[in-house]
Amino acid sequence: MQYVLLIYGDPAAAEEMSEEDGRAMMAEYFEYTEGLRRSGAYVSGEPLESAQTATTVRQRDGQQVISDGPFAETREVLGGFYVLECDSLDQALEHAGRCPGARYGSIEVRPVMVMPATA
Amino acid sequence: MTSQAAAVDRVFRSEFGRAVALLARVLGDIGLAEDAVQDAYLAALRRWPADGVPDNPRAWIVAVARNRAIDRLRRDRVLERHTEELTRRAEDEMKRYDESADDDTIPDERLRLIFTCCHPALATEAQVALTLRLVAGLTVPEIARALLAAEPTIAQRLVRAKHKVRAAGIPVRVPPDDQLTDRLASTLAVVYLIFNEGYVATSGPQLRRDDLAGEAIRLGRVISTLMPDEPEAAGLLALMLLQHSRRDARTDAAGEVVLIGRQDRSQWHRDEIAEGIALTERALRMTRTPGRYALEAAIAAVHAQAATAEDTDWWQIAALYEMLLRVSPSPMAALSRSVAVSMAQGPAAGLALADSIAAEGSLAHSHLLHATRADMLGRLGRSQEAAAAYRTAIDQAGNEAERRLLQRKLADLPEPSQPRTNG
Repeated sequence: MQYVLLIYGDPAAAEEMSEEDGRAMMAEYFEYTEGLRRSGAYVSGEPLESAQTATTVRQRDGQQVISDGPFAETREVLGGFYVLECDSLDQALEHAGRCPGARYGSIEVRPVMVMPATA
Repeated sequence: MTSQAAAVDRVFRSEFGRAVALLARVLGDIGLAEDAVQDAYLAALRRWPADGVPDNPRAWIVAVARNRAIDRLRRDRVLERHTEELTRRAEDEMKRYDESADDDTIPDERLRLIFTCCHPALATEAQVALTLRLVAGLTVPEIARALLAAEPTIAQRLVRAKHKVRAAGIPVRVPPDDQLTDRLASTLAVVYLIFNEGYVATSGPQLRRDDLAGEAIRLGRVISTLMPDEPEAAGLLALMLLQHSRRDARTDAAGEVVLIGRQDRSQWHRDEIAEGIALTERALRMTRTPGRYALEAAIAAVHAQAATAEDTDWWQIAALYEMLLRVSPSPMAALSRSVAVSMAQGPAAGLALADSIAAEGSLAHSHLLHATRADMLGRLGRSQEAAAAYRTAIDQAGNEAERRLLQRKLADLPEPSQPRTNG
C-alpha cells in the first residue's frame, strides 16, 4: 500500500530558527530521506515553498476564483510530503514517527486510495 | 426466543470472536470475516433446530463461514474488489479447516483481532464498539443498550471503524516486540474502559450494568490466557475479578449505594476473589516492577482478604498506593491514597493530602474529591465545612444513586459542637 506523509509545521517557529539549527534540520531530513530510500519505502517526496507563496483556485458557477494563500488559516501549515510504499499502517506510522518534522509539528498519514482496476 | 434459538445464540456468543479472528487473519479483512460468520449464524438458526447442534460447533461455524466467505469473495471479484489470487489463497488456506477439524487444529487467533480492534489509529469509542462487536460477539442493539447509545449511532461507528481498518491498512496481527509494551497497555486500557462502563454507569439512574463488566472480564481472560507471560494482562484480569466480586453488595435492596466499609461481605463472590488473588500473586511474581493493574489488583486483594471492614490493613493499602503513584501518577490515585492514609493515620493526615490535591486543581469538578474532603472534615468534627463540601459533591455527581448516598451522608452530619473521634 502507498501512504502519503503530510508534514505540518508552524512557519513562525521555522523563521525563528537560527541558521545553524536550520542547517542541522536540513541534514536530518537528508539522512531521513536516505534511510527511506535504503529501506525501499521511498516513492517520492518534496519540501514545499512557504504557505505565503500558495495560491488557491476554485471553480464556482463556471468562474475561476483565484485567491492568495492557503484555503484555511491555521497555525500549522503543510510544509512538505513523502509518498511511501509500506506493508501496513504500522510501518507507515513508524516511518512518520522518525520524520524530523514529527518533533516540531505533526505528520498526517493518509493511505493513497486504491482505484479499482479498469481493464 | 425459542430454546433452540437461545442455544444457537449461546454457542455463537462464545465462538463468534474466534471464528471472526481466524477468518480475518486468512482473508486480511475484518469486515468480510464478520459478514461470513454472521452468515453462518443465520445458517445455524435455520439448520440446528432441525438437525441438532453439531458435535463440534466451532468447526461447523468455521467451515460454513469459510464457504460463505469464499462465495462472497467470488462475488466481489466480479466487482473487482478482490483479486483472483487473494480468493485462491483464501480457499487454499481455508481448506485446512473443514468440518472434520477438531478443536486443537483450529487456532485461537483472537489476540490479533483484539490488537486490530484496539489499534491506536482508531478513536477510543471506535475501539470499544469494534471490540464488543467482533471479539465479544455482541450485536449492535446489545452494544447500543450497554453504551446507552442509539442503535444507528453504534451501527455507523462500526461501519466507519471497519472502513478505516481496511482503507488505512491497519494490520490484523500482534504487534512486533518493540511495539508490544505500548500497544498492550492501550489494548488493556480499552478493556478496562469497557469494564468501568459496566461497573459504574457514568450517567443515568442505574449504578451497574453487569453484562458489560462480564464481557470485559471475558476479554481480559482471553488476553491473559493467550499472553500468559504478561504481568499486566494477569493484573487487569485480577483487578476486574476482584472489583466484580463485590457487585451484589454494592447496592442495597432499594438500589442505594453501599460503600465498601458497610458492605455485607457474605455477598462477595468468593470464587472470583480466590481467582483474583491467585492472579494478583502471579502478576506480582512475574516482575520486579509491577505495573498499575497488578498494583490496583493488589489493593483490591487487601480489601478482599479482610474479614470485616475494621480488619482492613490500611497501612498496606497506603503503601501500595504510594507504589502505584510512582508507576502511574494520577490525581484519582492520589485521592485514594489520602483516604487510605486517613484510615491508617487519622483524618488530619488524610485531609492534608486531600487539600493538596484540591489546591492542584485537576479534580475540582470531581464529586469524589469533595465527597472525600467532606468525609474527613466530618470525622474531624468540622461539620460546617463538611456540609459545604458535601453540597459541592452533590452538585457534581452524575449518577442518581451516588447523589442520594451523598445526601444521606450530609443529613447524617452531627452538630458542629460534637466532634467525633477517628472511627
